[in-house]
Amino acid sequence: MKKNYLMFVVVLILAIGAHGALIGCKKKGSSPFPGSGTLAGWEKSSETRTFEPKDLWQYIDGDSEQYIQAGVVSTSTSDYKYKGQLEAVVDVYTMSGPDGAETILERGQTKDAKTIAVGEEGLQYAQSITFRKGAHLVRIVAYQANVESAQALVALAHGVEANL
Amino acid sequence: MTSRRDFMKEAATGALVLGAKSSLGLPRGVNTHAEGKPKVVIARDPALHGSDGKLDAARVSALLDRAISTYTGQHKTVEAWKRIVLDGGAKDKVVGLKTNGLGGKGISTHAVLVLAIAERLQQAGVKPGNILIWDRNVRDLQACGLTINTDPSRVRCYGSDVAGFEDAEETWGSSHVRFSKILTRECAMVINLPILKDHSMSGVTFAMKNMYGVVQRPQDLHASGCNPGIADLNAFPVIRQKIKLTIGDAMTSVYEGGPGFRPEHLWQPNALIVGEDRVAIDQIAWSILEKKRAEMGLKTLEAAGRPPRYIATAANSTHALGVNDPQRIRLIEV
Repeated sequence: MKKNYLMFVVVLILAIGAHGALIGCKKKGSSPFPGSGTLAGWEKSSETRTFEPKDLWQYIDGDSEQYIQAGVVSTSTSDYKYKGQLEAVVDVYTMSGPDGAETILERGQTKDAKTIAVGEEGLQYAQSITFRKGAHLVRIVAYQANVESAQALVALAHGVEANL
Repeated sequence: MTSRRDFMKEAATGALVLGAKSSLGLPRGVNTHAEGKPKVVIARDPALHGSDGKLDAARVSALLDRAISTYTGQHKTVEAWKRIVLDGGAKDKVVGLKTNGLGGKGISTHAVLVLAIAERLQQAGVKPGNILIWDRNVRDLQACGLTINTDPSRVRCYGSDVAGFEDAEETWGSSHVRFSKILTRECAMVINLPILKDHSMSGVTFAMKNMYGVVQRPQDLHASGCNPGIADLNAFPVIRQKIKLTIGDAMTSVYEGGPGFRPEHLWQPNALIVGEDRVAIDQIAWSILEKKRAEMGLKTLEAAGRPPRYIATAANSTHALGVNDPQRIRLIEV
């Protein structure tokens, strides 16, 4: 009886660990969003908003369908400002597995995308970066472009990646 | 301004002789519907965006005036706006301006256009408090660059999240919806101010799709590429009766990856698209998007698996919302 109980506890611990690794959770309660002052020049300028799949339409309307089909579990978003001027938004989509993140990343890729060394696969455009890490798909978009924006976005992407 | 050729065409169809009127009541001989031929005006200004990439407010106002003058046939824009309000049944009543801020900052109806329209309405005698700029919620309005205001002594601006939705659910075809009280109770007429975008499900989002922002649960209407959801929604009597005019914002657009902000697919058509027939407007908008997609080497929307089939559905005899045959649309580009 005692042996069975111990076996159950071991299996449970392994299962929880495997699930955590699968969805890429760092630890319970940790946020992927770098706080103000943690990355040079970047300030987190809004509260984090989180959407369950059933509410995702409120944030991205019809776009939500492709994320739901790809197995999105949760979506979080926050606004950022660089040096008080450049505005950007960071979206973190947590999928049920890495396949979902890969599907969305591939679907959005176009010829003018440059690969970038962030996460397991990253794409950079003039005003945006999309990358995946584990079951996470991260999309960072700047609303303006200036001489500093491309490098600043890369720094922000690495900051988010480190928290995943 | 009606050209001699237009005049002859309209005379031939009998529109001038019969003195036919559009739904706004404007005389067809100089403007909106030749018999069976809805009019759509595309007004363009290639210099609309300054060197800093921002819209030039003065040029936007001038473009709006040109679009409205061309559409109504009224040289004096103040007179044109007076007629629009009067014929829309909104004299001394509330005129709504329905924006679209769903795509977020960067791809929402531009505040500079909305405010230019509000200014022209005031010049035409509409009291500031009788102008109500609205959308789904605070966030959508802020995405347009607008400031929330509920003070009735000034132009008002707030969302359905403040006004609420009707308790009663209404049904048309397969659609079951609850309308915003802003549409049902506050506005006598609404000017539709969508922004032209590619849409991951419906293919095109513009004049008709903007009505998704007037109901409580638009997500229920997205099945099968929003078809027949979009057509059904536009067929509800309250929308048919109150959405009198569309002034489409095609100053900035996304030709791929919409409806959200996709800077990598952003483009500046620098245009306003004006009309009353939302089906005709969406048909024209579809052709504009396809032309840009072809230029960029992208698949057609059909090949991409998201043709905007709702446009033909809206034009069918069941819905009878307007005209989708390009040969039967009177397109004027200025």
